[in-house]
Amino acid sequence: MGMDQSAILEASALALAKALHNGDITSREICQAFLDAAEKGDSEVGAFLKLNRETVLKSADASDERRANGSELSPLDGVPVALKDNIAIEGETLSCASKILGEFKSPYTGTVAGRLLSAGMIPFGRLNMDEFAMGSSTENSAFQKTRNPWNTEHAPGGSSGGSAAAVASRFCPWTLGSDTGGSIRQPAAFCGVVGLKPTYGRVSRFGLVAFASSLDQIGPLGRSVEDVATLLDVISGHDPYDSTSYPGDLEPASVQLHMPHEPGTLGVPKEYFGEGIDPEISQHMEKVANAYRDLGYTIKEISLPHTELAVPTYYIIATAEASSNLSRFDGIRYTHRSEKSKDAIDLYYQSRGEGFGPEVKRRVILGSYVLSSGYYDAYYKRAQQVRTLIRNDFLNAFKEVDAILTPTTPTPAFKIGEKTDDPISMYLADIFTISVNLAGLPAVSMPCGLTENRLPVGFQLIGQPFEEGRMLQIAQAYESAHPFKDHPEIASQA
Amino acid sequence: MQERPEVDIDKLAMLSRIQLTEAEKEAFSAQLSDILGFFQKLQEVDVEGIRPMAHPFEVEPELREDVAAEPWAAERSLSNAPASRDNQIVVPKVVEDA
Repeated sequence: MGMDQSAILEASALALAKALHNGDITSREICQAFLDAAEKGDSEVGAFLKLNRETVLKSADASDERRANGSELSPLDGVPVALKDNIAIEGETLSCASKILGEFKSPYTGTVAGRLLSAGMIPFGRLNMDEFAMGSSTENSAFQKTRNPWNTEHAPGGSSGGSAAAVASRFCPWTLGSDTGGSIRQPAAFCGVVGLKPTYGRVSRFGLVAFASSLDQIGPLGRSVEDVATLLDVISGHDPYDSTSYPGDLEPASVQLHMPHEPGTLGVPKEYFGEGIDPEISQHMEKVANAYRDLGYTIKEISLPHTELAVPTYYIIATAEASSNLSRFDGIRYTHRSEKSKDAIDLYYQSRGEGFGPEVKRRVILGSYVLSSGYYDAYYKRAQQVRTLIRNDFLNAFKEVDAILTPTTPTPAFKIGEKTDDPISMYLADIFTISVNLAGLPAVSMPCGLTENRLPVGFQLIGQPFEEGRMLQIAQAYESAHPFKDHPEIASQA
Repeated sequence: MQERPEVDIDKLAMLSRIQLTEAEKEAFSAQLSDILGFFQKLQEVDVEGIRPMAHPFEVEPELREDVAAEPWAAERSLSNAPASRDNQIVVPKVVEDA
């Protein structure tokens, strides 16, 4: 029994794995269906920077051969997965959507990609992003704009805009992104998909191009909680090559998802419902809270008193770390080198001036300012102290609640071009997601409906450290009661 | 009205080793000044005695076993170099004439 193209595109990744196991379908057939969909629809969406049909089909054929021999590497052998262009696979581009890297080919495979390959999964192209993951709209890509598949005048969010748009458009069953201040969850909300940011340290950062090392985490995007939990388990675990990766054993989230559990208490922080929140988002949040009440959950108002400090704290810490991390792109060893330089020192200036886009320049310069002599204590050290206060807010809240329920974003997807000239307004798009990175917590964005203009709305669940399994149980309870079944038109045409 | 700190854009461009155009200097000076004004909120917080937080979870770093590993071949390390010769990266002259 085969599956036709639309059945393949609509199937969950786990359903595809099952069909492969049962011999109902081959990896080649799955990959062909997604390649056809992406080749047809991506000229409108712009999710992929690179997608090579031959390479994908070659990997698919190798997987089909393993299955035929009974030597499949895992139950997911043959399932395609697309990666954001800042996650290293040997021989593939790793441009970070920056001109300074351009056609850079990774000389090695990082831990996360290595785990996917060891499971037999098929690398399915490279996804667009804001340059070096700096941005909230994917407009900062040096190469192309990605459009929101629900309405191509709107941004898909960012920085993992390609990762979210590809899933929503049914170009791939699931993808990986990275999240430093909301870069998985905010685009997931804007595009109507599930996006998970793991606890800091659960997933190795070895092979993820560093933006802000104390905040960055790789995480999965998909169309169901179970898919996202499964992909999280593939990429999680201690890594000797990342000294910040958590050394203990953790219960797989996909196993915990199926364990019996009771409804619990959800905290709703009053600071997240002030000025600036779109009325339609508020209405959807009320519906979500009521849905949880109907499922037997207790909704409790809580306070996270340092919330209004999160955006400035984040932009001090993230830019400081970025200014240090991005010093490696110097025009000497493996990046674009300017032809115009007068001497060795000028080569740095010119290569970086030509290679970096405006947002990256702005952030590196800002990072240099907050770290510079005379300002370090007033900005960087103070921000690190406020970071402690922000984390303590959450740890206190978790004494009374199992998870925290918030909107993922204050508004639905904004229009392309709407915020490009106003960095502060763009930074405020992340207001509900960045505290989670500062505190190192796990969080998931769940689709929960559409606005009157048919743009998706997402809510966020914030979990306790390393309690992704519990958090996803709560997410799945909502998903089972209120499945998100709407489609962007682009995907329905496939 | 919040204080808008002065920005010495030439010094910051120098510290960052980034060549800026005149137009960029003008735009960034104004934007950075706004952003730094926005940061002033933090100056009002009482942080006396609060420990600065560098990482979310303080895990004692585990050292790997001290085992010799095969280093990459030079060609692999140099595969993205903009200019190389005899397994070395070529750079402009850095020694000044006597």
